[in-house]
Amino acid sequence: MEFLSDIASLINSTLRISTPLVFAAMAGIFAERSGVIDFSLEGKMLMAAFVAAVGSYFLGNPWLGLFLAIVACVSLSMLHGFASVTHKGDQVVSCVAINILIIGLTTALAAAWFGQAGLTPTLNEDQRFLEITLPFADSLRDVAIIGTIYSDILSGHYIFVYLAYLSVPLVFWVVFKTSFGLRLRAVGENPSAVDTAGINVFAMRYKALAINGVLIAFAGAHLSTAVNANFFREMSAGRGYLALAAMIFGKWHPKTALIACLLFGFTDALQIRLQGVELPAIGTIPVQLIQAIPYVLTVVLLAGFVGKAIAPNAIGQPYIKER
Amino acid sequence: MVSPILELKDISKSFGHVQANKNINLSINKGTIHGIIGENGAGKSTLMSIVYGLYQADSGTISINGKKINLKSPKDSITNGIGMVHQHFMLVENFTVLENIILGFEDELVFGKNLEKAKKNLKDLCDTYKLNIDLNSTISDLSVGFRQRVEILKSLYRGAEILILDEPTGVLTPQEVDELFKILRSLKDEGKTIVLITHKLIEIMDLTSEVSVMRQGEMVGNTKTKETNKEQLAEMMVGRSVLLRLHKSDAKRGEEVFRVKNLTVKDDLDVTRVKNVNLEIHAGEILGLAGVTGNGQTELLEALSGIRKVESGEIYLNDSIISDSQNFLNPRELKEKGLAHVPEDRQRMGLVTDFKAYENLIFGYHDQKPFSKSSILNHTDILSHSKKIMKEYDVRPQSPNLITSNFSGGNQQKIILSRELNENPKVLLVGQPTRGVDIGAIEFIHQRLIDMRDKGVAILLVSVELDEVLSLSDRIVVMFDGNIVGKKENKNVTDRELGLLMAGVV
Repeated sequence: MEFLSDIASLINSTLRISTPLVFAAMAGIFAERSGVIDFSLEGKMLMAAFVAAVGSYFLGNPWLGLFLAIVACVSLSMLHGFASVTHKGDQVVSCVAINILIIGLTTALAAAWFGQAGLTPTLNEDQRFLEITLPFADSLRDVAIIGTIYSDILSGHYIFVYLAYLSVPLVFWVVFKTSFGLRLRAVGENPSAVDTAGINVFAMRYKALAINGVLIAFAGAHLSTAVNANFFREMSAGRGYLALAAMIFGKWHPKTALIACLLFGFTDALQIRLQGVELPAIGTIPVQLIQAIPYVLTVVLLAGFVGKAIAPNAIGQPYIKER
Repeated sequence: MVSPILELKDISKSFGHVQANKNINLSINKGTIHGIIGENGAGKSTLMSIVYGLYQADSGTISINGKKINLKSPKDSITNGIGMVHQHFMLVENFTVLENIILGFEDELVFGKNLEKAKKNLKDLCDTYKLNIDLNSTISDLSVGFRQRVEILKSLYRGAEILILDEPTGVLTPQEVDELFKILRSLKDEGKTIVLITHKLIEIMDLTSEVSVMRQGEMVGNTKTKETNKEQLAEMMVGRSVLLRLHKSDAKRGEEVFRVKNLTVKDDLDVTRVKNVNLEIHAGEILGLAGVTGNGQTELLEALSGIRKVESGEIYLNDSIISDSQNFLNPRELKEKGLAHVPEDRQRMGLVTDFKAYENLIFGYHDQKPFSKSSILNHTDILSHSKKIMKEYDVRPQSPNLITSNFSGGNQQKIILSRELNENPKVLLVGQPTRGVDIGAIEFIHQRLIDMRDKGVAILLVSVELDEVLSLSDRIVVMFDGNIVGKKENKNVTDRELGLLMAGVV
């Protein structure tokens, strides 16, 4: 019985930990399917976390904080678009610039406003999102299997967790079942074909980047106004890069990217669980070694374990119409 | 008098300092096939891209059916009934035919009902013009000929009345060209107007009723096709009289100097591209290798020139093995043994285009005397050598200090050719010698190859231009799917015969 609840809590934390990865991976799919590399998921996630925490602190409502985070991330996406779509700059350089800018900016602003470098004040219950207990979760808890699944795994998450997993079928539908999605995929494969069909290539890429900004804002807000009650320095901790890896591992497809995110989330949940646990025959594994698992896994998976990932054909190339 | 459906007045367009179109006037009649001919870089494609709304003219007006129109994007052209089949197809390779065709014209947010309607319309169009396309197949599975039909169907579906085709036959076999021309004639019979952009005189004579000639961005002639001839058109294109026939005596075939035995080669994705190929080349002859692009010619040429590993089989030079799966000589060692290589892709493998002409003129020989002494380049000798050789090969402009990418395709090719031929090779491997090269330079390059042959060099000519293979070669082999499917003496061989072999039919 203890084993079962162990498993349940492991799955529960996997779902929670994977949430920002899922948002970020979905955001990445929009940008990269349109042909724009997005390394700046990391920076945008950090920005969203900061803006959501600060916004919620000043305005007293986490939803307003989330709204401001969306505004901030869409603006950053537009900046990325301005540099790399309109002015045809190098997309990776533009992303790196954004990432570095945000690390410095969030730290500096926190210092200026709250007197502590890279730390915002703790949010009270009204200023942050709380865990949602699904209806009947308490009364169903004692029912075998179903109770465990419903009450211990599905219930009791922050709203972002539910939104993240709902976003996956939505992204799939938009990308593969709508006219917008057809154009989106086409613009990342062969922008000339889109241009000659009378569609504005630049407008398509800006639209994709706007959606990218909205989605990544949710990831940041989840970190600073849900699982944590404040912003701290570099709190995104490489999740943006991890999500990018998951998206590539998932071959730019929402379903497989989700599986990759869950896998990364699971290894992270497992490493938290394994810390300090004595394993038979091996003994206690050093914490640092365990914490390295998700990152080592990333490298191993990307280094060919998944076979050749085929990127959108025109990714990373600015569209140049005239010679 | 028929009224013109499309009329251009004083169209000019510049890209930076280069004036691509200069005060162009053109009028095209409804229901005709109108040819536009000119050399590479004459401004034909630019002009048609303006008509298609991809580029905006700096000045001038465009009218359709006598009404002035303003073309800001391809969307405007499409709504005005203009369709274009580009030289490089505008298709998304991992989409289906249907997805490619409806792209931009999906009508509603989610595709569903309208898709059935679109399918029915497309089936009708296919039947009318005998296009015979499976709407559900993925583009990457289709042959080049079929992809082109998809482009035509796409334009028709979008309501094109005027169909512009930019160099449509460059990638087709003669049989596919026949099919295309049949389709174009039936389009004309249904009242559509066709604009055919080409640099091939024979297509103009075959298909068009009127022809316009462009040279260096200007329109230099407009005439009814039956009132002109190939020689006259060629002269208008180049601006001087051109030899359309080569002066070529019979080959004085010497000893066998180069032999390929049971050669098998794989590409980078580990797919076998050359399958058990046998060839031999004698001194003083040109062996032409014909085939549709992508049938293993590239890999064969790379293996012969020491760039690609041999999987199995042997390559002999003068009866001694120079390459097999165990040992192979690298390009430098091959050069020292008298094997020269003019690669297919001149900008990727033949030249460093960002370097100056004189640097490219000595590459591969740069560490030999007199170009270098104790590892230090001797610029005085290099420059005087470059000037001499540029003059000899008529490279224009004759400035060794100019960056190579500023030379035209033909002159870039002359730079490579002069570098490789200057060392008096015994064997010359040459790939696509005149791809993207203007008529004047083609004439020069062909004559040089014949001269080398007459000096006793054994030449392997790999080309997808069938005319080139037919006019230069003494013997012809055809490659299909990695195999040599035909070997012929070049006497009374027709392009039809070769076309069937190239398509793998016989």
